[in-house]
Formats: sequence, structure tokens, C-alpha cells
Amino acid sequence: MKRFIALYDRLDSTTSTHEKVEAMVAYFREAPSADAAWALYFLTGQRLKRVVSAAALSGWAVAEARITPWLFDESYGVVGDLAETISLLVGREHTVDRPWPVHVPLSVWVEQHLLPLRQMDVASQREHVVGWWRDLDRRAIFVLCKLLTGALRVGVSRTLVTRALAEVAGVPSAVIAHRLMGDWSPTPEFYKGVVSGDTSTTSASRPYPFFLASGYEGPLSDMQVTLGDVEDWQLEWKYDGIRAQGIKRNGEVFLWSRGEEMIAERFPEIADAFSRMPDGTVLDGEVVIRKDGKVLPFAVLQTRIGRKDVSKRVLAKTPAAFIAYDVLEEAGLDRRDTALAVRRRVLERIVAGFEPRICLSPIIPALTWREASAARSQARTRGVEGLMMKRLDSKYGSGRTKDGGWWKWKVGPYTLDAVLVMAQHGHGKRANLFTDYTFAVWDQGKLVPIAKAYSGLTNVEIEELDKWIRRHTLSRFGPVRAVEPVHVFELGFEGVAPSSRHKSGIAVRFPRILRWRVDKPVHEADTLGRLRRLVDTVRAAGGFDLGDEERHAPSLFDETKADSAAGLSRPGKDALEQTGAFDREDPTRGPDASRGGF
Amino acid sequence: MSVGTYGESQLLQSDDVGLGCARGGFHVDPWGASPCAVITHAHSDHVRGGSEVYYCASDSRALIEQRVPGAKVIGVPYGEAVRLGDATISFHPAGHCLGSAQVCVQAGHDGAGEVWVATGDYKRQADPTCDEFEVVPCDVLITEATFGLPIYRWEEAEDVIDEIIAWWRSCEERGKVAVLLTYALGKAQRVLGELERAKTRAGNEWMNDRVVYVHGALEGMIESYRKAGKALFPTKPVALEADKRKNSRESFAGQLVMAPPSAESSPWIKRFGQSSHVEIGFASGWMSLRGIRRRRSCDRGFVISDHADWPALLQTVEESGCKRVLTTHGYSATLSRYLREQGMESSVLRTQYADEEE
Repeated sequence: MKRFIALYDRLDSTTSTHEKVEAMVAYFREAPSADAAWALYFLTGQRLKRVVSAAALSGWAVAEARITPWLFDESYGVVGDLAETISLLVGREHTVDRPWPVHVPLSVWVEQHLLPLRQMDVASQREHVVGWWRDLDRRAIFVLCKLLTGALRVGVSRTLVTRALAEVAGVPSAVIAHRLMGDWSPTPEFYKGVVSGDTSTTSASRPYPFFLASGYEGPLSDMQVTLGDVEDWQLEWKYDGIRAQGIKRNGEVFLWSRGEEMIAERFPEIADAFSRMPDGTVLDGEVVIRKDGKVLPFAVLQTRIGRKDVSKRVLAKTPAAFIAYDVLEEAGLDRRDTALAVRRRVLERIVAGFEPRICLSPIIPALTWREASAARSQARTRGVEGLMMKRLDSKYGSGRTKDGGWWKWKVGPYTLDAVLVMAQHGHGKRANLFTDYTFAVWDQGKLVPIAKAYSGLTNVEIEELDKWIRRHTLSRFGPVRAVEPVHVFELGFEGVAPSSRHKSGIAVRFPRILRWRVDKPVHEADTLGRLRRLVDTVRAAGGFDLGDEERHAPSLFDETKADSAAGLSRPGKDALEQTGAFDREDPTRGPDASRGGF
Repeated sequence: MSVGTYGESQLLQSDDVGLGCARGGFHVDPWGASPCAVITHAHSDHVRGGSEVYYCASDSRALIEQRVPGAKVIGVPYGEAVRLGDATISFHPAGHCLGSAQVCVQAGHDGAGEVWVATGDYKRQADPTCDEFEVVPCDVLITEATFGLPIYRWEEAEDVIDEIIAWWRSCEERGKVAVLLTYALGKAQRVLGELERAKTRAGNEWMNDRVVYVHGALEGMIESYRKAGKALFPTKPVALEADKRKNSRESFAGQLVMAPPSAESSPWIKRFGQSSHVEIGFASGWMSLRGIRRRRSCDRGFVISDHADWPALLQTVEESGCKRVLTTHGYSATLSRYLREQGMESSVLRTQYADEEE
């Protein structure tokens, strides 16, 4: 594990992407395949599941450090990371360098020491883990706890890992990206396959890397100059569903979400339709709920995400459909290198006859950019997020590139003026500043919390607000402070839905701060009534009617689940707010958010 | 909420000018103007202008005079009793920086009153550039709590200095400039003092004919330390060196440069070339948290602090033999609560020092 820890250190101690890639290249060139496979697994953001509970680890750390639970919680609130908190509490920086345990190879560590913990009772788990803490230095304890509890998050994106492996293998990055798609086990054989110079083989289930659009931010007046003639572009609606790739090969169907989850089980009606496609067909599209010809809001689709077995009743009530907008493979041939205009004709031919289950994404006619803009302004009433604009001559690329010729032109978010009522420490980069804010709106003379947000302010504003918060705290409950309700902020959000989990009765989707309304007095902030009217509008447009089967979002990417099980305070993320890897369009995240990235 | 309320009988109390002693007619480290200011150490947030007279430990005098030019500053040797109003004070080493002191206060002049000690900022680690913390037995201890959480536990300073030296070497090998950020008073000189000591350790012979280049902001304080007889690593101002040679980048590759934290985002740092030719390290206790390192976007963090860590805070409370602890500055509420749980009378003393957690 020593080599892996050294790699982690190198990656953590530089902000230069070049140095990070170099560090990984050096590692992958030296490490035995078995170790490299696991390193790759962790660097791409995957994690061992259900090995040891975070609650248990925290408890052992409290005992080992001879402190009390509330003191642990305070510490965690400042550090913002469980593994780091534990390493700081129980670890020493320098210890005598012993052959055991740090010289044991990574693969042996994971397979023979970590994974077997699953089968042990808690007392035995404790004995092993605490024993390791006593024998390892702080750095090693940190990495170990990271492997036990969650994603590595060392500031290395999937793109960088791909680049490093491409250098080691001597094949293009796009080939490596393709090899890493889908489910795989970190075996030495798999790793050898990833870095193999031989580019001929591929597996039936493996999806292609998704091609991603960049956000168009410019004004209408710039479009002719920036994008050229509208005739050179294909315009379609940007759907608010789950981006997915449907594959039919060798008699089998695979449905992959953008977050690389197999979701065919959840949408059997779509899988069924794909089974009737010819072998060697791969389509790129959007999974939505489509009833009576109408695409329903994302909140409705959300109720299907958690289910692995789907009853007839659910199929009838919330039928799913696949809106196809691209073809990647046809008759077993990779079509990505042909122009969109050509792929579109092929797509039209393939999809004919598969309605309503698989339908074509309609092309929006527009003779001028102005007409395109007019279409975009209808987005809300149509229940879509805006427009997709793709150059007719564009090829189907990989990941997000600057000049790929694909743009998304989203409508502005809903906005709301809310009052800052509570604050707590941020995490990671913001660990010792108050950056986790709770906002409230008026309801019959009282302020009711409706959303938490942590992004949108400049560093200067954050520091200023942090100082103000320290001086204007009314009361504290653990790490959370109630502050004087005087500051108003304009929040942006993507949608609303009724929610029994929230005191306000409403869940707000992707809330973030747009600006600090220093000009607005607190009594002019918005009301809960306004949010309720918004819920009614959306309901009228197609309904949520969740009935008594309201479900929460799955725990697939629920990093906070372990922490909330530990009773540790974390920003609460409701079903509607945390759609994890299903929805990569979270505007509160940076443009380069990708699986495994920091 | 503080446990136990006390009336007028408090020897030291927070008022709008600072931590005041009514009986003595003075304030400790006042943030406003006081008829008489008793200063623990020369950091700018503890020395504000406007007071009529300033008392401090002798070793601090020259530094404080730089902070409040023209003011009346009286330096007092460690341990010597001084009568102020109807109280007696004395200064004792705090180990924070040159001339740093704890202030011991007693009502009356007969030595029979309750003993209060305000620690000011302090650390328990040995430091070649200033006098080590002296335990002063007392009844009431007013202690800082900058690092009052169990996650803050320092390593031996020597080990951290070895890390700095290894990093310097590594930067040299890769042709980079090693820019080390340190606070101008205390940390910078401590690091230079430790680097000087490190020369005698095996493998560091190469340091014998080297010089550390320093930012202008550090020069004054470094001079003061040398004048006070502290053995520091040889230094040269960056400005002079840059003037000598045309191509700045070449001239500083492989060198160790020290600068105050504010230099990181200033135009000054551009003289060393593109950011790919420079590695920035920051020497501070705050570097122990990964989140803070990332926010500052420094390449390396060196966890060395001139404040007491959690174990040192607890050790000091115990060794002082005090019956009551007032906490200030930092994680004051946390430390106070913890002490109460251990059976000690404790509450938070509100002040206006920077980084006040409360």
C-alpha cells in the first residue's frame, strides 16, 4: 500500500494537472497489475461498499482518542471529512517504518484484509481496524479510512486518469475511456485489458462514452457570430429525464444511464422495446415518463428510479419511454464518425415503428436564431429544460470538448428571494468557514426554512458573510447556528415538488445562490404561498400525484447515507435535490463535475 | 451561556476597550484606547494605537515600538513585579514569539490576592528563537483556544523542518523556486532559527553555503531577532538579488524564498516566473486541514504552529493548578465546555480578537 499512499500524496500535494498525470503514469508503470487494478478502481471514484459502518468507525475513533461524541461531531464539522477527522484524532505523523502493515501490496490489503471485514462481527472488525490504526502513520490511516468509507476524492477527474492510462498503454484517450465504461471488476486481467495496445476487442454490454454539450451562455445577438447560420444546426428540446444509452447486441439488451448504472430492470417496458431492435444497435437518448403523448415532470420519473421490480400498476400509472436523439451503432458498425445529419437519417429509419416506447426527438424548425430563441422561451410550458443545438456536421465525440459542436441552451432557473436564517460549517475547501446556508420564506408572519444552499457567492462575499455570522448568532444547536434574519438572497432553482419530508411541505430542486440582495429589506422576501402556487402550476401541467407510494431517491450515490446513519450532521439532501449521477446537469456543480472527481 | 455569573469582583473583565483590570487601571492587549495598555506580544491584532502608555516584556519593546511609533513603551524584564494602580503585574515567557509574555495579575501589592494569568498567545514546544513558556501557578487562567479541538496535534518541530528541507531539495532538483509563506513575526524567524540548527544534522552539509531569500515585509523583524542575539539562517533580500540578475526566473530556481501569506496573491510573486516554475508552501498549524490547504491552493502545507495544540492547552490548564479557566480566541466555547465536563469551572471570555469563534 506504500506505493499507493505515495501516489495519493503526490496527487494531493499539487494543483498542477500535468504533475498529477505524471504521478499516475509513474505509478501505473511500476505497480503490479493486481495493485494497479485496485488503484484504478479507487481513482475512478469507485468504493468498497458496506465494509464497515461509518458510525462504528466514528465510535472506535472516539474511544481511541479518548474524547466524547459531541467533541467528535464538532471536529468532524470543522474537517468535513470522516477519514481525515479520524486520521487527525488517532494518528501520528511519523511512526517507526515497519514492514507490516504498510509494505503489504494494495491488492492484498483490499482482498485479504478489508473485504473480509464484511463477514466479521463488530467486535472483530474493531479489533482489526483499531490494530491497524495503532500500527500506521497518519497518512496511511487517512487513506485506509478512505478506502473503508468512501470515494477517494483526491482531485483527479476521470479525464486525467484516462489520460495517464493512455500514455501508459500507447493508445488514444478515447479508447481508454471506452474500456472503462460500464461495470467492471478490478482484476489483474481487466487492468491488463485496459492498458493493452491491442484495440480490437470489446464486450457486448459496454456502452460508448457519452458525448456532452457545453452550456451556451451568450446573448441572442451573438449567436450568428459565434455559431454561424442556423441552417447548419439541428435544434431539439433538452429533455429533463435520464440521459441513457440503449444497447441491443447478441440478443441481449443493456440500458446504461449517464452515470454508468444499468437501469434496464427499472424500465422493463423500454428494455422490452429494445429487445425487438436488430442486433448491433446502440441509441443515445432520454428516459422520461410519457403518458397520453405528454412528457411528465422529472419528479414523476423520480418515483420510478428507486424501484427494481415494477408492478403492472406502476407501468400503467407512470409509463416510461425512450426519446432517441442519436445512433452510435447500427448493424454492428460504430457510426460515431459520421456527421449528425447522416446519423439522423439512420436514426429515423431505425426508430420507425417503435412508438410510443421508443420515439424520435423532434427537430425544432427555426429559420433564424430569433425563432430558436422564441422556441426556447416555451420550454417551461413544454416541461423541458431548453434547447439542444448540434452542428449538422458534428461527429459523436467523447466527454465534453470545447469545439465538439454541441451546445445546450437552458432557460434561466426559477428565482426566489429568501432570508438567511441558519448557517453551518462547509466541507472540504470551506471547512472552517460558514458556507452551508439555510434559507427561509414568509408564511403568515413567520419564517419557514425551505432550502439549503452552499454555492453561488464569491470568495469575498463568503468571507464577509462568515464574519457577520460569527457576530450575529442568535443561538446554536451543535454545529448549526441560527442567525439574525436580516439578509436576503436571490436563490435560483430548477423545480419544486410536494414533500412530506420537509417541514415546509415543499422540496426545492438544486437551490443555489444567484446573488446577495443587499438592496432588499427582509420583509420583502418571498412567501411560501408563492412556492405553493408554483407546485400547483407544475401539478396542473401533468401532475405528480404520488399518492401513497412516494419514494425517496435511491442510495446508489448516497455518500451521505453512512454519515447520516452515524447521526453526523450533514447538509440534508432530499430526494429531489440529490439525483446523483442520474442527472449530471446540476447547475450548482462546476462544469467539470465527473464521476470520481473532487 | 457561561456557567456561573460573577459580579463586580472580577479582577479582569471584558469591556468595550479590551480586557480590563479596574483595580489596576489598565487593559491587556486593548483593541481600543486605554490609559494603560499591557501588551502580551507584538502581533498587530494585539497592539493597537491610541493608548497613553504601553507596558511589555523587555524583549518585545523594539517590536512594539515599530507597531505604535511615537508611543511611550516601557519594557519590563520577565518576572519583575510592576505596580499599576491598586494591582501588581509581571510578565512571564509565553513561547509564542520573541518577547511574548503571559501577564500575571494580582490585586493589591502584598502578593496575597487571587492570582490571575492571561496567557496571551502561547505554545509549549521549544523554540530556538524565543524563551520557552513558563508555567505560572495561578487561581484563574485566561487561555487562548486558537487550536482548541482534538484534531490539532502537532508533531516535533524538527520533523516538520526536515520536511521543509526535503521539499527545498526536491524543488531544487526539479529546477523550481520554493516559496515558503510564513507570518512575518514569529514563524519566519522560528523557521530560520530551526533551519540554522538543522545544519548540524547529518545530510544537511549542503546548507552551509546557502542563503534564504526574503520578502521585504520580513526583513525588519528578522533584523530585530538578529539584534536580540538569535541565531538565524543567513538571509538576503529578494529585491537586491532580483536587481543583480536580469532573468529572475533563472536566478531563483532551486532557492528557498520566504514571504508573508499575502504575497501569494500579489504581483510580487510573479517575478519568480510562471506558476509552473514555483512551488508554494505554507507553514502554519492550519495546514493540518486538507480543506484549508486546498482553499489556499498552496502546493505544500507544513504543520508548524506558534500556538498550543489541544494536548498543550490541556497540559497547561493542569500544570497551572488553576481553579477556573476563561477561554478566548478561537474554539473558546468548545474548550470551555470540554473543561467543564472534566469538572473544571470554565466559561468563555468574549473579546474582539481576530478569528473569534464565538
